Formats: sequence, structure tokens, C-alpha cells
Amino acid sequence: MARGPVAIGAPFARWPGTAAAVLVLALTLGTLAAVLWRAGGVGWAAGDWQVVRFTILQAALSAALSVTLAIPVARALARRRFPGRGLLITLLGAPFILPVIVAVLGLLAIFGRGGLVNAGLGALGLPPLSIYGLHGVVLAHVFFNLPLAVRLILQGWAAIPAERFRLAASLGLPVGRLLERPMLRAVVPGAAMVIFLICLTSFAVALTLGGGPRATTVELAIYQALRFDFDLGRAALLAAVQFGLCALAALAVWGLAVPDRMGAGLDRVAERWDGAGRPERLADALAITLAALFLLAPLAMVVARGLPGLAELPPSVWRAAARSVVIALASAGLAVALALALALRGGVRATLAGALPLAASSLVLGTGLFLLLHPWVNPATLALPVTALVNAVMSLPFALRVLAPAVARIEAGHGRLADALGLTGWRRLRLVTLPRLRGPLGFAGGLAAALSIGDLGVIALFAGPQTETLPLAMYRLMGAYRMEAAAGAALLLLALALGLFWLMDRGGRGDAAA
Amino acid sequence: MRNHLISVAGLCLVASGALGETPVLTVYTYDSFVSEWGPGPAIEAAFEAQCGCDLRFVGHGDGAALLARVLLEGARTEADIVLGLDTNLTDAARATGLFAPHGVTAALDLPIAWEDAEFLPYDWGWFAFVGRAGGEAPASLAALAATDLKIVIQDPRSSTPGLGLLMWVKATYGQGAGALWAALADNIVTVTPGWSEAYGLFLEGEADLVLSYTTSPAYHLIAEEDAGYVALPFDEGHYLQVEVAGIVAGTEVPDLAADFMAFMVSDAFQSVIPTTNWMYPAVVGPEGLPAGFDTLVTPAQSLLFSAPEAAAIRDEALAEWRAALSQ
Repeated sequence: MARGPVAIGAPFARWPGTAAAVLVLALTLGTLAAVLWRAGGVGWAAGDWQVVRFTILQAALSAALSVTLAIPVARALARRRFPGRGLLITLLGAPFILPVIVAVLGLLAIFGRGGLVNAGLGALGLPPLSIYGLHGVVLAHVFFNLPLAVRLILQGWAAIPAERFRLAASLGLPVGRLLERPMLRAVVPGAAMVIFLICLTSFAVALTLGGGPRATTVELAIYQALRFDFDLGRAALLAAVQFGLCALAALAVWGLAVPDRMGAGLDRVAERWDGAGRPERLADALAITLAALFLLAPLAMVVARGLPGLAELPPSVWRAAARSVVIALASAGLAVALALALALRGGVRATLAGALPLAASSLVLGTGLFLLLHPWVNPATLALPVTALVNAVMSLPFALRVLAPAVARIEAGHGRLADALGLTGWRRLRLVTLPRLRGPLGFAGGLAAALSIGDLGVIALFAGPQTETLPLAMYRLMGAYRMEAAAGAALLLLALALGLFWLMDRGGRGDAAA
Repeated sequence: MRNHLISVAGLCLVASGALGETPVLTVYTYDSFVSEWGPGPAIEAAFEAQCGCDLRFVGHGDGAALLARVLLEGARTEADIVLGLDTNLTDAARATGLFAPHGVTAALDLPIAWEDAEFLPYDWGWFAFVGRAGGEAPASLAALAATDLKIVIQDPRSSTPGLGLLMWVKATYGQGAGALWAALADNIVTVTPGWSEAYGLFLEGEADLVLSYTTSPAYHLIAEEDAGYVALPFDEGHYLQVEVAGIVAGTEVPDLAADFMAFMVSDAFQSVIPTTNWMYPAVVGPEGLPAGFDTLVTPAQSLLFSAPEAAAIRDEALAEWRAALSQ
């Protein structure tokens, strides 16, 4: 790693970060260029503006709602200690890492026409609610992204040094105005942007719950252009528009966010003196209960429906599951290494490169990579390494969002001491940075592993006969009318994703009381 | 001396080519064909028993994804045969010039006349709305639109059954297709990306009816012994899906490919189709159809645009669909 000559003032060599940024650039913009080059020109269809409008509208609503709801939940989780809190936090993360169709079927079991909510309304003699439409899309996106928002904001709370709370308490100062509001102002725009970008590139949720062609997103238009029209030019242009939209969103957030000037504490769990009154306690209990119900009830339905199917799973599905686990681990390792390299390099360019995959269309990325590789090798032979690499790059933004602030905090808090001791490069990384980074590293790795295991995007384009992954196997079961076995495979997928996430996150947190 | 060595090496290469590895026939198809519940495994065993070759099925998504894959690979494709396109896709496939004549003449049991030098059918089915037995059963698309029944359909921009329904409406209502879609709009619960999602939602109770095939109830009857599902017969006719295969012109094993095409319409292939692909075989064998298929509805009238017609009206039909459902 960073062992070479190091410039004065730069504690880490820059080249690993630069190499990571170049790789990301090649995989995102490079693949787009490959598609464009093969197409030889671009095209735009008449209905595409309406598509762009809907895409922005649903993404903005989803992001705003997710973040707004996440604040009370994160605050409640930050200042309450109760048995099972760690497990609850892990479980709350589950929707984010679920394959879309699994999550959608879980949501429908609660909110659908035949779901529990409508059964309850029917029993009370009330008219049924329909989940289909813009509100359904937003509901599903909030279901997916509320946990992410909670985790990102919770990290902000956890990053407020315990000493500040003690000081505020002893001086009788308002915690909300002095500590929480500045933190939220620093964290919330970034969290909202990440969710906006995720929803911007949404495809299957918008299509399944949108209720019709009104709910067409840019990613669906790209899918159509690639699959049905084989119009590479239109796909490339739409992908470029998607990049543009994401860039605008990123710029807007840049203007809003203010740097976090909190300073470093002594790595302690914050003890809180505020929020001890009965109304606050009630509000916190309510926030946690509602969030848990909203997020866990659909998961419980996935489990309930999947249990009978588990026994029916053929051996090939178990083999696919083993393959998926290997890919997920490789992809997690790669994502964390790339994110760490970018975080240590720091700077605007590294941050931009790290966010770029959020804006990329995975369909265009896969197609471009295919076009680049096909003249040289049979892409099917590279299916598994390519899937691991692409999954790593696609989860890089999340890993970087977790690692970058932590690295910055460590540098702010311990950098001067490390400088004074002349620690640079690999030794500084090993002695100063990594030990304090265990928690974020575990969280980032778990997130990347879980995201990778549920991904269906690239493997579908590259998969040969012997390279089926678990999500692909699940779709093939559904395609063969085997809905019960597919529900079993979905449960297996849920268990594996959560298990991997839990193991890594736990391993990272070590024995910290958080 | 050196020339001698080279010629020896050359001879060895020729010999290894002729005597060494068994020839490989690569068939690109859609995913569900190759899955262990699909027709792939049985057909592979049967063909390899007679051809002295290695038959390799490679699955690529659905029919549309399959064509996209072939287009993406172009002349460098590794496929010798592409199996799983339907008449909505063959026009685009033919236009690539990648396909060679199949040279097979067979008496096909299709409900329509079939004439195509490049693409040979291996199975077919009627699109139909499938629901639970004993439910309300309108007898036409217009009658369905007049009911309060909730339906799930697939997006014609991302799935072949979705495109089939688009053609069905166009074939039946012509200029009135847009109006029919507008009338149908309040029945449509949602539009899914593919068949699997739609059928899954239907089984979850999200809709009364789902766009599928007249043969879908046969799956529930034969594989699950559940007679609780029916396809609704519409007296105005049902649109057909005819699934075809073609030989890639650049194949290095043209004789083997031709053998496979002949095998494809033989009983060894065709008898596997009904209870694995859940479609009608293109040639009904001496044993007839499996028990249970006699309980299925058989539409009096079959509708199908020719491949060029389908290609010509697709964009207009898509625009009508989109306009009607975007209100």
C-alpha cells in the first residue's frame, strides 16, 4: 500500500486513491462511451421528457419523506438504550438490501389489495386503499431507504462527542440547537442526495407499483431501448441524461451542506442527559415502534411465506447461494478497499469519483462492459469476476459515505499527534487509522456484501450456464411457475444478506456498547 | 526441416480437429427453457443420445433479451442456433441477416398456416386472461373493460406477453384500440416488468385476472393437482404466440445445426414441451397431448399478425397504449 515517498503534509500516498478513481471512471463513463461509440449517434423520443419529469418527482418525494421520517427515528435510537437495540438496528437495515421483487411482495402482503391493512379496513367496513400509483412508488422507496437514512443520520448523532453532551448538560444549554441542528445540517443534505440518486435510477419498483406507463422512469426507458428497440443511441443518451440529473442534484447539495466542525471526542459512547422527560420518552418509543412495524412487518411476511418453500429448494439453488456468498464477499472486500483508497486520498475528485456509480445505469454499465470485453474474451467465462467487480463499484458510494467522514474525523482528531510522531503511509494507517475505523469498515463491508448478494443487474447479461446466482435462480423459479420455491429462495436470500451484513457489522463494532 | 516440422504440426492439428473433441452445438435460448424444470435437460439428453455431440443450452433472460444478446454479439456470436424468439421479434432478427434457411419441411399442428424459410416453430400458445374458477367471466376484451374486475398485465416495452396483449388489442379493435385501452385503464391494477412478477401478484391475490396463456391452468392441474384456475375464452379470438428457432448463418457446424432443427419437430423434442414449457407442441405426437390438456379452453378463432405487420404497427400501438394509460 502507501509505502512510497510521501509529500510533506500528505500523510498517505495519493496513487491508490487515484487508481481507484480511474477504475470507477472507466466503469461508469467509459462503459457509457463504449455504448455511444457502438451506437454511432444519439436519439430522443417524444415521450422522454415526461419520463424525466416523473423520475425527478418520485425521487424528490421519496428522498424528502425518507429523511424527514428518519430524523425522529434516528434521534430516538441515538438517545435510548434498551435490550435488543443492536439487533433492531441490524434488522431495520434489511429492506435496503433486499432484492426488489422480494421486498415488493412483502409490502403487498401488508398494503396490497389482499394485504393485512385492507383486510383490517374491510373488517371495519371501510373502503380498500390502493397501493398502486405515485404514492405506492414513494411508499416502497421510503420502505427501502428509510433504514439507510436512519443509519446515516444515526452515525451523525454517534459522531457528536460525548463530552459535548456532558458540557451542554452541565451548563444547562439546549442540546437541540447547539449540537443536533448543526449536525443535521451537515448530515441530512448528503443523506437526502444519496436517496434521491438511488430513487432516480429506480426501475422495477416504479414499474411494478406505479400502475402503468405514467410511472416510467429513465432507467425503464433505458431498459426498453436496450432490450426491445436495440436502440443503443437512445439508451446512451438517456444514460447521459441520468448522469446530468445526478450531477445537478449533487451540485445542489454541495451548496446546502456545511462542513462538520464538531471536532473529535475520546471515542466514547455518549451518555445523554436530555430527553429524560415523559413526553420525549413517549415520542421516542412511538417513533421506534412505528418504524419497526413499518419496516419489519413486510419482512415477517417474506419469512412466513418462504418457510414452506425452503424444503422444496432443489440442490442447484443451494449451489447458486454458495456462489452468491463468494461473490458478495469478494465484492465487499473490493468495495471497502476502493472506498478506503478514495477516502484516504480525499479531495473533490475522489469524492466525485466515489459518487459516480450512483448516477450510472447498471444496464448501460453492463452493456458497455460487454461491448468492451466481447472482442477479446467470451464474457460468460468472466461472469463471476465481472459481477463481483461491478457490484463492488455499485456499492462504492455507500461504502465511501460511511468511511470518508470517519477518516476525516480520525485525521482531525489524531492527525496532528500522528504528524508529530512522524507516522505516515502504511504505519499510520495500521496504527492510527484502521483501529479507529473498525466500526465503519465493518458497516461498509456488510452493506456492500448485502447489496451485492441481492443484485440481479449485471449477472443477467453475463451469466453462462454454470454461473447462476441466487437472485437469478429465484427469478428462474418464478418464471417456471414455482412461486412457493421462489418464496423459499427469497427467504434464503434475505437470511444470507442479513447474516453477512450482521457478521461484518458486528465484527466491526467489536464489543462497543453501540 | 523446419517446413517438415510445420507440416507435421499442421497434420496433428487437422487430426485433433477431426478425431479429438466431440463437436459442440451451442443453442441460445431464454432462461426458463434451460432451468431444471424447463424442457432443456430432457431435450439435451435425447439429442446427445443420437448426435454424438455436446449440446449446450445457454439461457439469456426472456425472448427479447435473447434477441438483444444476439444483436449485441453480432456476427461474432457463439450461437449456432437461436431458440425462443416469437413473431414480434423475428422481423428484427431477420433484418440482421444473421440467420440461414432451416431447410426443414414438417407438417405443423399450428392453428394458422405457417411459412417461413428462416424460422421454424417449436411450440405455441394462446394468450388469455387467467383467473380463479367460479369467478366472473366476461367473454371479450370490451366486456372485460366494462366489469369491475382487476387485472395485472405486463409492460409491452419489457416483456413478450405484454407485447402480445398490445397486438391482441390491435388485431381485434384496429382503430378502436386506443379507446379499448382507455376503457380498460380502470381495470388495470398495475403493469409489471415481466410475466413472473405479474403471475406472482395474481397468485398473491392482488388481481382477479392475469394476462398469461390458456395453458396456465394445466400447470396448476398437472403439477399441483389444483383445478382451481381457468382461462377465460373470448369469442372475438385469442392472439397467438408462436415460438421459433433459427440457424445462425455463421455456424461452424451447419450439418449438426440442421440435424437439430429436424430433431426439434420430432416426437423426442415435442413430447417434452407440454409439461415443461407449458405450451402446445408444434407437432402433436402419436400419443396426443398429455392428460389435463383436454380440460383447457380452445379458442374458436386465432389471431396473429405476420412478422412484418407486427413490426410495422408496434410503435403506433405502443403510443396508443401509452397515451390511454397515462391519462
